[in-house]
Amino acid sequence: MKRNLIIGGALSTLFTLAALLSFLWTPYDVTALNIGAKFGTPNGQNLLGTDHFGRDILSMLMVGARISIAVALAAVSFGILLGVPLGLLAAARRGSVVDEIIMRSNDLVFAFPSLVIAILITAVFGPSLWNAILAIGIFNTPVFARVTRGAALSLWTLDYIMAARVAGKGAFRISFEHILPNILNLLIVQATIQFAVGIIIEAGLSYVGLGAQPPIPSWGRMLADSQTMISFAPHLALFPGAAIVLMVLGLNLLGDGLRDALDPKIRRART
Amino acid sequence: MFNHLKISVCALALLSAPAFAQQTSITIGMALEPPNLDPTGGAAAAIDEVVYANVMEGLTRFGPDGSVNAALAASWDISEDGTVYTFSLRDGVTFHDGTTMDAEDVKFSLDRARAEDSTNAQKALFAGIADVTVVDPLTVQVTLSEPNGNFLFNMAWGDAVIVAPESAADMATNPVGTGPFQFSEWVQGDRVEIVAYDGYWGDKPALSEATFKFISDATAAFAAMMAGDVDAFPNFPAPETLAQLDADPRFNVIVGSTEGETILSTNNANVSDVRVRKAIAHAINRQDIIDGAMFGYGTPIGTHFAPHNPDYMDLTGNSAYDPDLSRQILADAGITDLKLRLALPPPTYARRGGEIIAAQLREVGIETAITNVEWAQWIESVFRGKDFDLTIVSHTEPMDIGIYARPDYYFQYDRPEFQDLNATLEVTADPAQRSTLLAEMQQIIADDYVNGYLFQLAKTGVANANIVGLWENSPTQANDLTGVSWTQ
Amino acid sequence: MTRFLLTRLTSLILTLLAASVVIFLVVEVVPGDVASVMLGLNAEPEAVAALREELGLNAPAHVRYLTWVSGLFTGDFGQSHTYRVPVSELIADRLWVSLPLAIYALALSTFIAIPVGLIAATRAGKATDTGIMGLTQLGIAVPNFWFAMFLVLIFAINLRWFPSGGFPGWDEGLWQGIIALTLPAIALAVQQASIMARVTRSATLETLGQDYIRTARAKGLSQRQTVIRHAMRNALIPVLTILGLQFSFLLAGAIIIENVFFLPGLGRLIFQAITQNDLIVVKSVVMLLVFAIVTVNFLVDVAYAAVDPRLRRRA
Repeated sequence: MKRNLIIGGALSTLFTLAALLSFLWTPYDVTALNIGAKFGTPNGQNLLGTDHFGRDILSMLMVGARISIAVALAAVSFGILLGVPLGLLAAARRGSVVDEIIMRSNDLVFAFPSLVIAILITAVFGPSLWNAILAIGIFNTPVFARVTRGAALSLWTLDYIMAARVAGKGAFRISFEHILPNILNLLIVQATIQFAVGIIIEAGLSYVGLGAQPPIPSWGRMLADSQTMISFAPHLALFPGAAIVLMVLGLNLLGDGLRDALDPKIRRART
Repeated sequence: MFNHLKISVCALALLSAPAFAQQTSITIGMALEPPNLDPTGGAAAAIDEVVYANVMEGLTRFGPDGSVNAALAASWDISEDGTVYTFSLRDGVTFHDGTTMDAEDVKFSLDRARAEDSTNAQKALFAGIADVTVVDPLTVQVTLSEPNGNFLFNMAWGDAVIVAPESAADMATNPVGTGPFQFSEWVQGDRVEIVAYDGYWGDKPALSEATFKFISDATAAFAAMMAGDVDAFPNFPAPETLAQLDADPRFNVIVGSTEGETILSTNNANVSDVRVRKAIAHAINRQDIIDGAMFGYGTPIGTHFAPHNPDYMDLTGNSAYDPDLSRQILADAGITDLKLRLALPPPTYARRGGEIIAAQLREVGIETAITNVEWAQWIESVFRGKDFDLTIVSHTEPMDIGIYARPDYYFQYDRPEFQDLNATLEVTADPAQRSTLLAEMQQIIADDYVNGYLFQLAKTGVANANIVGLWENSPTQANDLTGVSWTQ
Repeated sequence: MTRFLLTRLTSLILTLLAASVVIFLVVEVVPGDVASVMLGLNAEPEAVAALREELGLNAPAHVRYLTWVSGLFTGDFGQSHTYRVPVSELIADRLWVSLPLAIYALALSTFIAIPVGLIAATRAGKATDTGIMGLTQLGIAVPNFWFAMFLVLIFAINLRWFPSGGFPGWDEGLWQGIIALTLPAIALAVQQASIMARVTRSATLETLGQDYIRTARAKGLSQRQTVIRHAMRNALIPVLTILGLQFSFLLAGAIIIENVFFLPGLGRLIFQAITQNDLIVVKSVVMLLVFAIVTVNFLVDVAYAAVDPRLRRRA
């Protein structure tokens, strides 16, 4: 299905471009308040209206996209950098104590919902973007470790890996030279999915106040801020929510499309 | 389908109660749940908001206008030198467990509060007491180590309520007092229920039962009000929805005053340069904060004093909004690249007000790093640890200008002249003299720009239009239900 | 089977023990002092010190850990510092909100997802399928708290069909309780139902393509009968797995949703406890959540193994 790839790719690109553009230009300054112009409905000047401080919602969404993408990207990188080597190691030493320890630690992290991890981290260090990244990153790590280990295990039984071992290559070199390149497609698909999950978790964390701190605009916090005003200014809640939905939808479609395009045999390992 | 269901539920309710009887139960919404129900063992305002005047009573009590009235003490005599207070207690007062309230209970309560190992959060209220003597079962004599013009005022606080030795230990979960209502049930996380006490010594309240429902979320509070799940919300946490509620004929919006001076509290040890504090003060646009954060509810203040108090001085001109002046002051002082930390506790006034102030300070070239903190962390790091530059908080204790005389208080203002004035004030009883002293004190802290004085917190309440008798103002933190009734 | 159960049970206990250590250590380093929070702004230092002593906060760390863990086994979770009641009592009350909410949401999503997934599978490639799959993609992408906000706006504030939140308690009647939990359960169920419908669809498609199903159809069973008799039973296995995997997300979602609807459940308890620095409650609630997740996954594994004996070796 090419359609997934196209729609997903288009949505993801749109938000990424908006985020990148926000570094150079936004319709209005998001840190300057204009209390007199609060609760403006969408119009020619403010395409998506203004919020409770009179800030331009479109500009806020653009900068918010930057934050969402940065957090999700950093958390996915965290998960890959920690989880993939662990998964490769576990597969290379399958059945050993090392494998057992890695897999049990995975179980341990899996036993904590992401939000609970974030609550505990925030209780210790206080709320910040970094702690949101850390919480989502910790949550991502076992996902990548499991996917990597599972895929690597099946590769280890293949003939050419056997040949490499016989030729005297160490487990480390085999893992990085032969295993990793062959599971790259799988990891890309998983990364796209975790990216989407990361966006949604970040929004949830910001919504409950555990993510980005003001004045940094973030989609989740825009929702939290607008919640009490939803009965008379629903557009304040409508647009950030729609942004989250479209971004996540785009990434999920992109993930599906990539999976189909890269390897039709890969079963979706969604958690 | 659901409408049918509602109708049948209503029909059932009608069957079980006498038809057309006046409603005698009420559900009061509160934003914060009390951590426990012992006003003598915790400082949380929410405790008093449930039990003060309803369940627990003291020797004296606050009236709706902030006046100090007789409560368990019917009358009192003060000795010539102002150090001996002889209280005549009311006859026939019983605790909710049926035991009699007498002079022994008063002595027990006061001695317990001022004891070495007391966990009373306001021990200072009792600090001047040298001795408590039982004269007879209905007379008790309190001797002070020096005259204190505020003693009767102090005894009206929720922290000074009278408890019985038999029940004092379990106050946290089962408060037993002498008030017109007795404690019935506490469903932690949801509600506290109280019911009318048959053996009450005074006028019986119109209500037979009351439920305090805890709804911390502002949206949920609005939705609960709209849906009729709560009858009144005396401190409504979402000022942005008040206009909508006011337009609805089902509700009355009650706007009154509180004792809460909302200030941009400044750590005078870190921001020690008075020029910087002055620049901050002139960078602040109070009206924008009141409009943007509180949706218009609040009165600008220019010093740490409640505007509804007759001794209040309007000193807002002293720190009028003038960003150009701010920039000028900073430039003259050679201060550039100023970066300050701003810690914001949970209330709307702080969180939203903080965002606005940060933007206003940025306009004059002062950068702020905002940290949202929960109350627990605020108390720990800001209030106790004094590890902050700026914070926003509403000081809701009545007549609390005296905190500026405490150099170790969290904003660390140390000015001997002010401390002397405060010491004089404490032993001065003459109203005219007190007025002069208070005026001088207000002027000093305004001139020193100790803190950024923002606005007096308004009491914005919402109630069903058929409810009368709720307090309009908030001279103390209480939801006094003794005079509340339904008109239909 | 016995060996399988034993290995799984051992790892369950090890995970729980490790979790208890992690939780205890994290909570240990949380800054702040519950005694000063309880006594508030103007509390005297002596009062705070007296309260600390009274609460037993001055014992060494390992003693407090052992007291806590051994208490967990006997059901004595200690006393909440701020509420001054046993933590077990607090948790038990809250559990009667959170557990029914989770079950309600799971039931709702299962009852929606399985028929929807089956319909999509039998109409694979047709417009119905495309429509359903599009909707589920959307359902996965919608943040539950955002959905909840609009549910409240429409069904509680405007139509007044449901209460906006809060929980009357089960003693007010079963029906009242169910009504109060309906909007929260719907908000929670949307995402779960979407994921489950997709899994049901693909699992059914896979089984439909297998030989014995073709045989069944060749024997003259209608497609409808085939789906119901054969395919559905086999498709239940992956659905079961998803149920297990999603449980942790359901709990996390419930924590947020309970806050949106101010339901007095475990999720709100943990937030309240954190804000009041009532760490003894935080510890025990987190432990309970971890226990629930680990146990549900264990049960799913066991059920899985019972259905499909080949999988026992995997442990």
